[in-house]
Amino acid sequence: MNKLSRIAVAILVACLALWLGIVQLQKSQGFTKDNTLTLYNWGDYIDPALIKKFETKTGYHVSVETFDSNEAMYTKIKQGGTAYDLAVPSDYMIEKMRKAKMLKPIDHSKLTGYQNLGQSFLNQPFDPDNRYSLPYFWGTLGIIYNDQLTSQPITSWSDLWQPQYKGDIMVVDSARDMMAVGLIETGQSVNSTNPAALEKAKQRLDQMAPNVKAVVADEIKMYMVQNEASVAVTWSGEAAEMLANNSHLHYVVPTEGSNLWFDNLVIPKTAKHEKAAYAFLNFMLEPKNAAQNADYIGYSTPNTAAKKLLPAATRNNPAFYPSNQLIQKLQVYSDLSPTTVGLYNDLFLEFKMQH
Amino acid sequence: MRRKQFIYYIPYALWLVLFVLAPVALILYQSFFDINGQATLQNYATYFQSGTYLKMTLNSLWYAFLITLITLLISYPTAYWLHQTKHKQLWLLLIILPTWINLLLKAYAFIGIFSQNGAINHFLGWFGIGPQQILFTNFSFLVVATYIEIPFMILPIFNSLEELNPSLVNASRDLGASNWQTFTKVIVPLTMSGVKAGVQAIFIPSLSLFMLTRLIGGNRVITLGTAIEEHFLTTMNWGMGSTIGVVLIVAMGLIMALTGEKKTKKKVTLK
Repeated sequence: MNKLSRIAVAILVACLALWLGIVQLQKSQGFTKDNTLTLYNWGDYIDPALIKKFETKTGYHVSVETFDSNEAMYTKIKQGGTAYDLAVPSDYMIEKMRKAKMLKPIDHSKLTGYQNLGQSFLNQPFDPDNRYSLPYFWGTLGIIYNDQLTSQPITSWSDLWQPQYKGDIMVVDSARDMMAVGLIETGQSVNSTNPAALEKAKQRLDQMAPNVKAVVADEIKMYMVQNEASVAVTWSGEAAEMLANNSHLHYVVPTEGSNLWFDNLVIPKTAKHEKAAYAFLNFMLEPKNAAQNADYIGYSTPNTAAKKLLPAATRNNPAFYPSNQLIQKLQVYSDLSPTTVGLYNDLFLEFKMQH
Repeated sequence: MRRKQFIYYIPYALWLVLFVLAPVALILYQSFFDINGQATLQNYATYFQSGTYLKMTLNSLWYAFLITLITLLISYPTAYWLHQTKHKQLWLLLIILPTWINLLLKAYAFIGIFSQNGAINHFLGWFGIGPQQILFTNFSFLVVATYIEIPFMILPIFNSLEELNPSLVNASRDLGASNWQTFTKVIVPLTMSGVKAGVQAIFIPSLSLFMLTRLIGGNRVITLGTAIEEHFLTTMNWGMGSTIGVVLIVAMGLIMALTGEKKTKKKVTLK
């Protein structure tokens, strides 16, 4: 008993010492609750060097918390446990949060560098006139393939149905994205709410089932880099990371068109440090910073001034900056009613049972 | 005196109410609401009328059965051998050790072993029969699930073997029973409680495995756990997710009832 309580006391003392150390460290760096900006971001979605730079430049301390799905972020902000000053939801989620009155309007007169943003990324249907959000990164849904394991380059969605890829394709475990593939293949809008059209799209997907090796999530990155499969359906941002690690991989935006997605910065209603939030927005609008971030993350930047600063090989890569002609064919997801989202998911679950 | 005993009961009662009864009640409550927040019984109707959910239930039961069976077939002999050896504690520690490692890390380790360029395919390559597709098969799913569950089967069986009075075994031999007869008529019946505890500890969690089904099974095996995860995280249809949860809870209750200790002891009739 004596020994046990001595161990317990030792652990408690260690905890206390560590806690005091942290408090002391934060104090010595001049961080208090009042000058802390809380950023709610996707994991590994900002260059840490930029955060350091922002902190030294403005004196604000940045605390970054991360989420791994729009829905998880939505729930957490709605519950309001932590006061986030900035968050990075995707397109349809911005629409949903806007409708749920969870966002503060952005005062454009406080912004510097708004004109750096490309016109084609502003005034999207999910947020007309960008009253509530500023584009952070954008990208597409597409196909990544390994030129060593496939006989010819893949260019379109319909290639995925070719019998030569039997048991060789990995697809993302995301109902909305995979249903979008089926909908595009059957000539429908990716925001279709018509049950008959959705059923048809699912039947088309079912025909692809023999080619599907696995329905996986983040692990696609690892598998493709390790040559586990020859073809995968994924997002452009994830693809950028894979391309960096395996030179035989190629990413294409299918010719039939695809989904265009946005991750935008928003200020939740619960934000407590608005001044710091605007300082951060303006900091990220600066072309140099946006370019550095895009270079680090590998996603496509909506900041046209920043794009000019990127290496020519990145800037002119049609996989990540598609031609205007192709951009015309891309569709943005809109927020669907819960019943329709349920239908998408039920159909996708049926597809998963098929393969 | 009685009051004092009541005080001791408080922590347990609090625990029970906060972390067992309240969540179960909430799940039951949620299951009566549809996606738009309307009170309804529709979720249950959907569940029992949908081929998808019934097939998923069948899948869950079948794979949980297989996992439990394989685990039992490996664990009983292992526990028996452990019981017989010297240095029991050391061997036992080696079996318990992997349970200290996070499940996700173990799953990733298996991905490395089973992948196209993994250890097993390298080995098969020496005989000219590799690389084979091992990952994303039912086989790999069963192997990993069994591997993870084995310690939870070995421990209760081992404990019940340890508790078994050795003089009963000796008596059986003295009375002329063969080794096999001793094993089947004395040892197995007397360690049945350990087997039951092990079966409960494995079958029930196996019903709702979901992470392994994606990581190792590539969603080729879809269990009810996958559906619950999807309803709570993507669809935000908590009602349907809860309904599946209720079905699982009922299934678990049934299994507990079937494998549980019977209170009435068997009467021994002497002739």
